[in-house]
Amino acid sequence: MRLAVDLTRCQGYAQCAFLAPDVFTMSGDEALLYDANPDDIQRERILRAAAACPVQAIILDHRDEREARPAAAEANRSGTAAAVERIVIVGASLAGLRAAHALRTGGFTGSLTLIGDEPHRPYDRPPLSKQVLTGQVPAQRTVLPRSTGLDVDWRLGQPAIGLDRARRRVHVAGGGEVDFDRVLIATGVRARPWPNVAEAALDGVFVVRGRDDAAELRERLAAGPQRVLVIGGGFLGSEVASDCCDLGIPVTVVERGPQPLVGAFGGVLGAVAAELQRANGVDLRCGVAVEALEGDADARLVRARLSDGSTLDVDLAVAALGAVRNVEWLRDSGLAAGPWGVACDAGCRAFDVNGVVTDDIFVAGDVARFPHPLYEYQLLALEHWSNALNQAEIAAHNMISDESDRWPHLALPVFWSTQFGVEIKSVGVPTFSDEVLVTQGSTAERRFVAVYGKDGRVTAAVTFNQSKWLEFYAGLIERSAPFPPEFRGVDHPAKAKPPVAAGPVPAAIPIQAVPYHATVMVTGHHPSERRARLVHPSG
Amino acid sequence: MAPSVFQQVLDYANRADPYPLYAELRRTPVIREDDGRYVVSTYREIVALLHDPRVSSVRKESEEPPSFIRLDPPEHDRIRRVLNRHFGPPETPGRIDGMRPELLEIVTELIDRFAGKDQVDMVDEFAYPFPVTVICRLLGVPREDEPRFRVWADAVVEAIGPVGAEQERLYAKRDAAIVELRAYLSGLIEFHRRHPRDDLLSALATDDAVLGRMSRAELASNAALLLIAGHETTVNLITNGMLTLLRHPHVLERIRQRPELVIRTVEELLRYEPPVQILPDRVALDDIEIAGTVIPAGAPITLVLAAGSRDPDHVWDPDRFNPERIDPERFVLRRGGNQHLGFGGGVHYCFGAPLARVETQVALSELVSRLDNPRLLADPPPYRPNAVLRGPRHLMVGFDQVRPARVGRVPRAREEAAARAAAEAAAAKERS
Ligand SMILES: Cc1cc2nc3c(=O)[nH]c(=O)nc-3n(C[C@H](O)[C@H](O)[C@H](O)COP(=O)(O)OP(=O)(O)OC[C@H]3O[C@@H](n4cnc5c(N)ncnc54)[C@H](O)[C@@H]3O)c2cc1C
Ligand code: HEM
Ligand code: SF4
Repeated sequence: MRLAVDLTRCQGYAQCAFLAPDVFTMSGDEALLYDANPDDIQRERILRAAAACPVQAIILDHRDEREARPAAAEANRSGTAAAVERIVIVGASLAGLRAAHALRTGGFTGSLTLIGDEPHRPYDRPPLSKQVLTGQVPAQRTVLPRSTGLDVDWRLGQPAIGLDRARRRVHVAGGGEVDFDRVLIATGVRARPWPNVAEAALDGVFVVRGRDDAAELRERLAAGPQRVLVIGGGFLGSEVASDCCDLGIPVTVVERGPQPLVGAFGGVLGAVAAELQRANGVDLRCGVAVEALEGDADARLVRARLSDGSTLDVDLAVAALGAVRNVEWLRDSGLAAGPWGVACDAGCRAFDVNGVVTDDIFVAGDVARFPHPLYEYQLLALEHWSNALNQAEIAAHNMISDESDRWPHLALPVFWSTQFGVEIKSVGVPTFSDEVLVTQGSTAERRFVAVYGKDGRVTAAVTFNQSKWLEFYAGLIERSAPFPPEFRGVDHPAKAKPPVAAGPVPAAIPIQAVPYHATVMVTGHHPSERRARLVHPSG
Repeated sequence: MAPSVFQQVLDYANRADPYPLYAELRRTPVIREDDGRYVVSTYREIVALLHDPRVSSVRKESEEPPSFIRLDPPEHDRIRRVLNRHFGPPETPGRIDGMRPELLEIVTELIDRFAGKDQVDMVDEFAYPFPVTVICRLLGVPREDEPRFRVWADAVVEAIGPVGAEQERLYAKRDAAIVELRAYLSGLIEFHRRHPRDDLLSALATDDAVLGRMSRAELASNAALLLIAGHETTVNLITNGMLTLLRHPHVLERIRQRPELVIRTVEELLRYEPPVQILPDRVALDDIEIAGTVIPAGAPITLVLAAGSRDPDHVWDPDRFNPERIDPERFVLRRGGNQHLGFGGGVHYCFGAPLARVETQVALSELVSRLDNPRLLADPPPYRPNAVLRGPRHLMVGFDQVRPARVGRVPRAREEAAARAAAEAAAAKERS
């Protein structure tokens, strides 16, 4: 069986772990880990678990999507949309597969081609740095659930090498070409490698992006290395460090910034994350950079040299340095594709190099860069699981809909990370903020809610093991509620404190003198009804 | 003055079918009652309030300390966390799933006793004794004491929610019952501390990690909650389940053909005929603006879960009982799952939900497969008085004959459970 859990929906109710304890396990109070491809013998238990999930976050293999398709979807397809016969999706991963499903449930009956450079059927990445590295689940057991009736022409193991806009054609390595009426770019990102090529090639130096990376790294971890060096204290690096702690392997995290997670959450929560790591036995070194990796005569990693002059004996290093967008294949496409990703509008339509929107080329997932009304229409690039899912659904809908029936991608950014037995969640954009305030719980106990603000508005919230409250704060963000939020509620921190500077978060945008203030609100639940509204104080 | 819609809901005359009244309630998502109570009946608003930190579950009750259903975080979370140590994951993941063979055994015995009859009272002969036996075994409460604690439990249940003119009398009766129930459980806990066995009270009473974070009095108070919540609700889910299946024989037939459908049937029952219809007593800690209304700080809030679960803005075709429902509207983009309010939501989400689900799944699948030609002898059945914990007092069901239990099921389930327990013990050993 194949399953996936939408952990942005999951609120840690643990119903699944009660009912199918060999498949779903809780790590700490709220963090869920699971086997994505359990044996069929577990089938009935999994059905119990999936039915019981209070937020219906468990996605299983399902029967033909078209059986369940409402007749209305078919009827809607008229006009230009009806002329769409051939759709090509480049990038066969989360966004690509989700778009394929949404196209079929949305009534698309034409030919659907999925081009992917990896040889594997689409699989889920978040488990790779969690239950896969700890050995709970083998790397190959992460295949994403699918519908039986997807009816896709799979071109796996075949990188796309070019996009010809004029001829509406995708070129595939080895000389193949595929024509399209609409194309979806969903080529995601890859791991930023350790910059020194010779050092990166040393035996024992790893990145984690794909299933094969994770499988190899898992093997090395299982062999019991002396010490693991994690370069970079972002989410991925922190999760790898957490895995090492679970396995009882000594681990050093070297982070150039002042704290782990500082790039995502700023310094205040970064300090909490630092405490969390140290309490779990991580040798955390911040404000330090790795300058060089050194090998022995057999080119096996033995040592790392740090910027503070110290050296570390290590036999395994994981470079967790962020991502590089997979846009090289679009170099001659005439699209606004570069290191920032592929820029598109809120309807997921790609911009050309002039910034003019196209109408047959769509973008979704980690590779996309799109404007969000709640964040001053800045272009956001989000490497978040649920963004890939939501954006793929919007893109799919728009690919087969008339101009008048297009949906905007206005979902709030949401993200989770599971580390050291803590479920960390965020909603909104913490980096688009300059102040933070703890409104519930206690950072010392590592169960709390922190709210972020900017210019007197709530912009984001982060929870540590408190995900059941997140929806409330999402509402504050959508309404651009005043910051600091002032309310009497349960579990208020002992002493009401004023908000503090969020700490060094990367600057969002240069502050400009604006002639008037306007606030944006987003309303609506279903994507078909979700809309942004500008609110001017003058009326 | 004419009674408000909510007052009509409370009126016993409407107990058999409150659903048209709920539809009327939903026309105004948040209604202020004359007594100052705010009644909320639409799905989105209920979900929002269940996850709103400005809403408190703390109420004055004469008996201290309160059980955790009446506490807010952080105290609530602390106690729930500690009680869970011996009940579920992460510490005790296999306990509930491992009870399945035992549940099947109890159910099998109860149905075996139907042999030779052509009708039974589903409540007295099955839906009540089954969960009582289960919760007694789980907690380590002697089954023989049932007649004693039944009186106390009834007194507590009767006083739940707005109970009208009889309030004074019912509250006094309840308070006296709580004192006795807690004293009874304190004695039992002390006994288990000295003679621990394989049950929850023994485990809690002998675990230093529990005792370090919870007083004796708190333990007794929460044990009382578990004992009452553990059977006063499940009885209604099982009874409502039989009632609803017998009203929808085609669904019953579908379950016979595809036994795994019972899993989704239980979810649909929790949506369609939920045992807990109303959460009567939340309190606003601050002004709360919702659905165009401001609930002022200090106001009592009543969440009509059963109305929310049938909100047409949330589920498609809400008044149809359809375990196989896929909501076509939503299925376009999202999973077509059944999201209902049967167990509440947020931090107070039912603690016993996994047990209640497994119990009801086992109960209904055995009844469906073993009763030949079952039929209702009275419809509607007589109801118990309470509007909050709503369910039939009796449910007379006729049948042609009782089939024997499928052979081999109990032993097979036992084997599986034993294998699991062994694996878990090995894993625990490895960890330590
Ligand atoms: C280890 C790990 C842990 C993560 N954990 C979390 C988490 O806890 N929470 C969270 O919210 N998110 C997490 N993420 C992020 C999440 O997995 C991504 O947001 C998601 O995978 C994005 O999906 P995508 O389809 O847009 O891109 P990708 O998954 O990157 O897929 C793009 C696909 O396109 C292929 N491709 C690239 N170029 C070409 C080409 N020219 N031709 C054909 N195919 C091509 C790629 O090989 C890849 O298969 C994690 C990611 C990783 C790697
Ligand atoms: C079908 C059966 C059941 C139903 C419909 C049900 C329903 C509910 C609901 C709606 C709540 C939320 C109360 C609130 O928010 O104030 C709740 C809480 C609770 N239930 Fe159940 N319940 C059932 C069975 C059980 C069982 C079997 C047990 C015990 C083993 C149990 C123990 C509890 C406890 C302890 C709480 C309080 C949880 C908290 O406050 O955190 N319930 N239940
Ligand atoms: S919310 Fe659903 S998926 Fe998450 S832990 Fe609970 S039951 Fe499992």
